[in-house]
Amino acid sequence: MVSQNISIENTRQWYRTAPVTAFPADGGGCVKIGERQIAVFHFKATGEWYACQNMCPHKAQMILARGLIGDCQGEPKVACPFHKKTFSLKTGQNLNGEEYAIETYPVRVEDGFVYIAL
Amino acid sequence: MTNIVVVGNGMAGFKFCEKLLARTEGIATDGGRFSLTVFGEEPRPAYDRVHLSAYFSGTPADELTLAPAGWYADHGIRLFTGECVVQIDRDARTVTTHSGRCVPYDVLVMATGSAPFVPSVPGIHKDGIFVYRTIEDLEAITNWGRQATRAAVIGGGLLGLEAAKAALDMGLETHVVEFAPRLMPRQLDSAGAGILKAKMEAIGVSIHLSKNTTHFEGYDRVAGLRFADDTVLDADMVIISAGIKPRDELARKIGLAIGPRGGIVVNDAMQTSDPAIYAVGECALHGGMIYGLVAPAYEMADVVASAIAKHADLESERAAGPTKLFTGFDMSTKLKLIGVDVASFGDPFCETTKHRSLVWEDRLNGIYKRVNISEDGKYLLGGILVGEAEAYNMLLQTCKNRILLPPTPEDLLLPARKGEGTAAGAGVMSLPDEALICSCEGISKGDICSSITEKELGDVAAIKKCTKAGTGCGGCVPMLGDLLTETLKAQGKIVRKVLCEHFDHTRQELYDLVRINEEETFDEVLAHYGKGHGCEVCKPAVASILASVHNDLIARHSVIQDTNDRYLANIQRGGTYSVVPRVAGGEITPDRLIALGQVAQKYNLYCKITGGQRIDLFGARVDQLPMIWEELIEAGFESGHAYGKALRTVKSCVGSTWCRFGVQDSVGFAIEIENRYKGLRAPHKLKSAVSGCVRECAEAQSKDFGIIATEKGWNLYVCGNGGAKPQHAQLLASDIDRETCIRYIDRFLMFYIKTAEPLARTATWLNKLEGGMGYLRSVVIDDVLGLNEQFEQEMQRLVDAYQCEWKSVVESDDLRSEYRHFINTSDPDPTLAFVEERGQKRPAGW
Ligand code: SRM
Ligand SMILES: Cc1cc2nc3c(=O)[nH]c(=O)nc-3n(C[C@H](O)[C@H](O)[C@H](O)COP(=O)(O)OP(=O)(O)OC[C@H]3O[C@@H](n4cnc5c(N)ncnc54)[C@H](O)[C@@H]3O)c2cc1C
Ligand code: SF4
Ligand code: FES
Repeated sequence: MVSQNISIENTRQWYRTAPVTAFPADGGGCVKIGERQIAVFHFKATGEWYACQNMCPHKAQMILARGLIGDCQGEPKVACPFHKKTFSLKTGQNLNGEEYAIETYPVRVEDGFVYIAL
Repeated sequence: MTNIVVVGNGMAGFKFCEKLLARTEGIATDGGRFSLTVFGEEPRPAYDRVHLSAYFSGTPADELTLAPAGWYADHGIRLFTGECVVQIDRDARTVTTHSGRCVPYDVLVMATGSAPFVPSVPGIHKDGIFVYRTIEDLEAITNWGRQATRAAVIGGGLLGLEAAKAALDMGLETHVVEFAPRLMPRQLDSAGAGILKAKMEAIGVSIHLSKNTTHFEGYDRVAGLRFADDTVLDADMVIISAGIKPRDELARKIGLAIGPRGGIVVNDAMQTSDPAIYAVGECALHGGMIYGLVAPAYEMADVVASAIAKHADLESERAAGPTKLFTGFDMSTKLKLIGVDVASFGDPFCETTKHRSLVWEDRLNGIYKRVNISEDGKYLLGGILVGEAEAYNMLLQTCKNRILLPPTPEDLLLPARKGEGTAAGAGVMSLPDEALICSCEGISKGDICSSITEKELGDVAAIKKCTKAGTGCGGCVPMLGDLLTETLKAQGKIVRKVLCEHFDHTRQELYDLVRINEEETFDEVLAHYGKGHGCEVCKPAVASILASVHNDLIARHSVIQDTNDRYLANIQRGGTYSVVPRVAGGEITPDRLIALGQVAQKYNLYCKITGGQRIDLFGARVDQLPMIWEELIEAGFESGHAYGKALRTVKSCVGSTWCRFGVQDSVGFAIEIENRYKGLRAPHKLKSAVSGCVRECAEAQSKDFGIIATEKGWNLYVCGNGGAKPQHAQLLASDIDRETCIRYIDRFLMFYIKTAEPLARTATWLNKLEGGMGYLRSVVIDDVLGLNEQFEQEMQRLVDAYQCEWKSVVESDDLRSEYRHFINTSDPDPTLAFVEERGQKRPAGW
């Protein structure tokens, strides 16, 4: 039986990654969780954190954490360093009108540590 | 309900759907008045075949898609890809596909396109022989090309040359074999074709004319071509591009009228011999012609959409009007992508019309232009352009719209006078409103200008999105830019190239603001002049401005830099980086060479001599970079800024130190210049060279600033460029001494740095500079702006602030700690993969 409203807590597991101070402000960093590579971004001005897959789906490169971040009409985004494809950090949607998208994950900051739910 | 079925989901089939939706706006959705079903034999939805070759330069297949599968679904179109229609029952009005699916139709549209014509030469089925039409063909060519060395393209027409360029770009020795005695026989006369041949040979493609292939050599794989004259050309890959053959097999089977040499016969309404069946695109034979171009195919699609909408009573009010007819189409073309400009328009040969031809031929620079003018000298009838085709759009418009020629028509032929204020842009405004600007989409100047005004469009991307102009072959895009600028100007609006949505300022304005108010970080600049969080466009642009103003260490601004500047190295496929130490002037001691070799060996780096007279070490992991730099610095090296929008190299020839012709010490001067400007940040990269005499072995005239020794001193050239759009540098001053030369360069560079748009090289900047070279000379030499003293002081400050960026990282634990792949472990990226090639490593494929 699957209930109607599945909360994140029920289906995902939170992982403690690294202290807040290890991540660059207004930039990205990559964390390894098991065999997975997750890109984590910190928008200092608004205090928002986002996480997504590190692999850029365009050419399957493990690179998104090294991308520039910013916003497009208020939507937080990351631009892949290789060919500047951009993705929404909220929905993972491709902002160039192409079909491929990325996975995004919830982030939580607690006791000075960054947690990610996979 | 009217059932409309389309056979073929190529460019014409897709355009038909789009045009039909446009003509039936509002009706499509209002309760089942018609249904639209599309069958496409290819595995993916229709894509942009015209730009197929872009696949070779890395554009992925899905970027060529005209509309994603979701688009069809969203508009209620049933799309079946990977389904080939194999039977049509004209009495029962049904179509059946190879999988047995059967659909009824009231109207049928054949859009089956064409297939490459493959001559039945013995041996044609050997492995390694390809055609060039679909994404699958290109995939097969790419795979085979990896282990091939010599490619032969059969066919020296438009497509053949495009295929040849692709083979060349794959790194293959490339040959073109043409049956006719000249290249592009349908578009060029023999003089023009001769120039094209020379140009193709200069970029490395061998051309074989009047060659009739009679046999393919080789056992199961192709090994060569044997010709009728019994000569043989060795080749381990062959691309056939010998023309097209309309795909009329299905139409033939069901008894539609077919032309004597193939093609489904249609009337002006694009109806076949069965009035319920239409044909569009390359399968249709109209007036005895198969049009092998996309613009007429789109026009045909619109004609059919108009007819069907009208007859089935589906036409929306907006689209109402007389039924459209197809009455032939202009075959003007501009060849793209091959690295040589070629165009022909109107009637290029005028074999049957009385006319006068004017010809301009410049064999040295490989330029041939011919225009045909009516006998009374009033109208342009057609022409040919080889080597320089910038005037194509204007000439085509002049020809199509029968615009009265000026009394001196030879002006049409003179080489474009770059930057001297010839208002190519203003020229578009003299066109009548009906002038067709985008012939692919059939959009006139009037349509574009009124959209710009009414919908307040502010850039070319918006024009493309709103009007669809420029979305076909793309040839009219430069004209769209000109129309935009001129329309806005006419409205009294100043056209400002603002950075992006976050800054309502041009780069020049922002540069001045930062210099006056002395902001030091991106956050300050954003807070004072911008909004939002910034983006991948404005962050590097502001980073470059901050660096040009303060020459502060860019590593301190790492998160606003493009990855190359962030890691002070160039990123490669796979995510490793390359390391290029500075080798000023290209002069290097044996000890340093050995040191470089040792570092490369220790870290297993791929080595290559660059085109900039230095050595590139590829394949370093991000965590290895600081260690590699540390060892290089120990051996006396510093950063070569190969990653930066900064000074790259100053090449030199040996000059008077060794060369029997040298008149000055070019090496010494190159080293002085390179050390002076190293680390200087600019809107784009800067390159320079110094030659020791007029023989110009250092290629100084292709550089942003280049210096050539004379008996009396030095000649200074500026604003040259290699790269995608080469341009010769122009003489700024002659016979000057070293000090004057450096002063002029200081002024020139500061003026450029202050006023150029982001990512504009000096050549592009000069082309847009009002007043061109004359004005530049008056600024740099005559000081008309009165800023030269300031320019020189500012430059001196930047020179004094230089520090080696690698060294700063190596010496700071803080900065060093940023060089790792993971934040939470020191493991390197486990997905990195290399393969061996010619005794060194390289990254595995994408
Ligand atoms: C290594 C080298 C090729 C080689 O193996 O010889 C090279 C490699 C790259 N070139 Fe180049 N160019 C190299 C000489 C040239 C030259 C020849 C020259 O400088 O004499 C040219 C034409 C001359 C010119 O620039 O005017 C050249 C025109 C370009 C362009 C086109 C520039 C333009 O204005 O059209 C780009 C693209 C860009 O910069 O936007 C480019 C960009 C690149 C980049 C940086 C692409 C990138 O952003 O990653 C390549 C980096 C490879 C890497 O991973 O390290 N490279 N490139 C050469 C390095 C020279 C050096 O020592 O620094
Ligand atoms: C490399 C290349 C470069 C080109 N460059 C230019 C250029 O610069 N300028 C220009 O104007 N034109 C250019 N062209 C030509 C242009 O692409 C064509 O004119 C255009 O694609 C024609 O459209 P079409 O729909 O008639 O044919 P296509 O695009 O070929 O579409 C026909 C489709 O129908 C499908 N089909 C056929 N039979 C069936 C069946 N029985 N059932 C189901 N599906 C079927 C085919 O698989 C195909 O997908 C170029 C073409 C190539 C190959
Ligand atoms: S440019 Fe002159 S000095 Fe330099 S190598 Fe050539 S001939 Fe010698
Ligand atoms: S690999 Fe990310 S944009 Fe191409």
